[in-house]
Amino acid sequence: MRYARPKNAGDLKATIRATWALITPEQCHRLVDSMPRRIAAVIQAKGAPTNVISMAEEEFTDINGNSISLDCQTHSDFCREFTVTSPKLSLRKVMVYTCFVWLFAYAVFFFTENTAVLSSAIILTLAGMMIHIHFVKVDHETLLIIGSLGVQLSSSYASGRESTIFIEMNKLKDIVINEAVYMHSIIYYLCILIKDPADPETVTSVVPLFQSSNPRLNCLVQVYRSCQEILAQSR
Amino acid sequence: MVLKIFFPQCCNTADSGLLVGRWIPGHNSAVVLAVIHYPFIPGQVKKYLSELQSQTQVDLTVLGSWSMPKEGQEGMDSFLKDLSTIFPQECWLQLSREIGKRGFTCQVVQNNGRLLQEQKNGDDKIVLIHYDQRKVMLSQLHPVQDVGQKSDVEASELGLVFQTVAQSQPLFLLDKYDDGPLKLSHWQSEGREASIIAELLKQASVPVCIFLTWLLSLWHWLCSFRILHLRPVLFISSKLSTCVQSGYRAVHFKTVFSPKKAATHMEFMRKANIFVSFLVDIALGLLLISWLYRENRISKLADTLVPVADVSMTHITSHLWKSLESRVAKELQELLEWLMGAPAGLKMNRALDQVLGRFFLYHIHLWISYIHLMSPFIERILWYVGLSGCLGLTFALSILSDIVALLTFHIYCFYVYGARLYCLKIYGLSSLWRLFRGKKWNVLRQRVDSCSYDLDQLFIGTLLFTILLFLLPTTALYYLVFTLLRLVMVLFQGVIHLSVDFINSLPLFAIGLRICRPYRLAEGVKFKVLCQEPGTPLHLMMEINPLKCSSVLQCYRTPTYSCYPKDSWAALCKKLFVGELIYPWKQKTAKTD
Repeated sequence: MRYARPKNAGDLKATIRATWALITPEQCHRLVDSMPRRIAAVIQAKGAPTNVISMAEEEFTDINGNSISLDCQTHSDFCREFTVTSPKLSLRKVMVYTCFVWLFAYAVFFFTENTAVLSSAIILTLAGMMIHIHFVKVDHETLLIIGSLGVQLSSSYASGRESTIFIEMNKLKDIVINEAVYMHSIIYYLCILIKDPADPETVTSVVPLFQSSNPRLNCLVQVYRSCQEILAQSR
Repeated sequence: MVLKIFFPQCCNTADSGLLVGRWIPGHNSAVVLAVIHYPFIPGQVKKYLSELQSQTQVDLTVLGSWSMPKEGQEGMDSFLKDLSTIFPQECWLQLSREIGKRGFTCQVVQNNGRLLQEQKNGDDKIVLIHYDQRKVMLSQLHPVQDVGQKSDVEASELGLVFQTVAQSQPLFLLDKYDDGPLKLSHWQSEGREASIIAELLKQASVPVCIFLTWLLSLWHWLCSFRILHLRPVLFISSKLSTCVQSGYRAVHFKTVFSPKKAATHMEFMRKANIFVSFLVDIALGLLLISWLYRENRISKLADTLVPVADVSMTHITSHLWKSLESRVAKELQELLEWLMGAPAGLKMNRALDQVLGRFFLYHIHLWISYIHLMSPFIERILWYVGLSGCLGLTFALSILSDIVALLTFHIYCFYVYGARLYCLKIYGLSSLWRLFRGKKWNVLRQRVDSCSYDLDQLFIGTLLFTILLFLLPTTALYYLVFTLLRLVMVLFQGVIHLSVDFINSLPLFAIGLRICRPYRLAEGVKFKVLCQEPGTPLHLMMEINPLKCSSVLQCYRTPTYSCYPKDSWAALCKKLFVGELIYPWKQKTAKTD
């Protein structure tokens, strides 16, 4: 609605009707579902303004079409935290892979009559699963921006392992949305431009954000706007 | 601008008092190092701070006041405000905390008495960052900056914080139980902890280091004799890997046993890594010896090679030696006889075949008789050589590599003969081929030019060309066989050198530190937002992010004389084809940095 410029009352009515129609039942469901959480936060803060601000919950997807969720927390005027949660490990896929590997192992056992094949298949499956949840499957990625201190990026894996990087404010030149052309598609990604404090005009490196969850442009734009507000304060 | 206050976790429950710390220049932040409790005399506080300033080169000042009133202690607020007049500051911090609440309240008073917060709403322009003082003091941020680098480059804020805490160690020596005029609260205020064993070792290490340095100087004096600097001796000692390894270890010992204390972090880590890897080396060597000489494993090894089993030690080594040599020589003889026959169905030129085969067989016969001459002395030498494992596994491996090189010296000679013959043949062929086509190599212009030959020149040239061409397969086959043998030997030596290099350069102390005390090697920091009550400033928890294991290896690897391939694969293949002698491993001398 902010992009429409109604010129008269009739236009205004039509715009209002159109925007009302755009509100989906899912959005209403989500707002209703989050009521208990928000009321609890208000009770805990004894009536003072709460720090949990839920954005108008849009459907976010990543570049492959899987649904992800974005959670923004404002801790203070100059401190915000964005968490992008990827879809969890699907049980169906795990079962399919396990059955496939074991059927193959049984087939080989049928021909070679060697039990080492079966035990090695079991060990392989277990090891593969452990490696996958510890090193590959990212549960959520977090961006914590603290004005005049720096920016912290952290990825949390399915096994609970966290890997964190902190970039100080004097090394940070800007946060921008870049576009990349990959095969037949254009992918947007949010990235941090790093500068050397001695030479503030040149960009020495680029750190891309949310590389495992790959959110689409609408999600990135929200994060970008929030970050720019904070960066503008500290300039 | 946001004001950042780094507050140590140990002072969260301290009694009311004065905050002592440092303002970080250029970053609008302050590091609190300790809290001085009441009662105190302001003059003594100022004296103590100036003493510490001269000792630590850190400009410590009184930052403000800290108040945590216990039950029954009221009315401190006005007293605290008056303190700001005694210690004149540009900015006076007033931190206070109430029992039962988790958040602090903070007020900042400017020089002219105005409260900073009256202009903004609430106190949301202040960040309190809690840190673990002991861990930050002991930790080292990577990449390590040089000490001499002046900060005309804008220094990183976190680097300055870490540096401040690390340099303020003398501040943490006063604890709560001292009878001095000042009572401080910091991470060590419950009393200093130390281990008797560590202190004793530190005291004992100085005379031991002096003694070992004297021994090393003796060794260097021995090595500097004129006779050892003659050309042939120098050449041999540069080829023998044992001499190289022992020279390398001597350099290491000089670093480790110098009685001077390590000034920088990198020097300390280098010393510790060398010391630990030396100890591990000796331990592995002793393990090898105990495995080799126990349960007569050597005799079992000899059994598989020699049909006659013999249990006594002196016979073991001689049998091993003879069986090894006779096997190698026998294998070579069989190989040559195979080549002299019809190898792999190829038809060789009979006469040339016989000549070459007999030539090489004669050499083998010479070698065997030489070995038999040496055999009475060999067993004693081998027994003592086996004991060299107690000097370290690397030493034993180097000696093994040298022994293998000496044993297969005849293979090396054969390779040189075959390669030279083949090389000559190839050059002759290429030159006569040019003659066949009517061209010539112009040495002046370094290019191929056309040339008109006489008829008899052409006749002889073509004849020679044909002869050489038909003799090529025979020579090529001998060359191929001996080159392959030589390459196998080179590969084996390369593997041994790589493992020696690996043992030398692995930074075991740094890896152990990373596993057991991960906060000592820090790649950066992690922040966590602590849930707070409304009306208090933002509280963050700063934790140390340890260095990744791969970065530990890269950063602390001891530089060594690693061998790396001199030529690329393409150059190597070209050399093999043409018949040039190949020496694939080039030794890199250690870079000292």
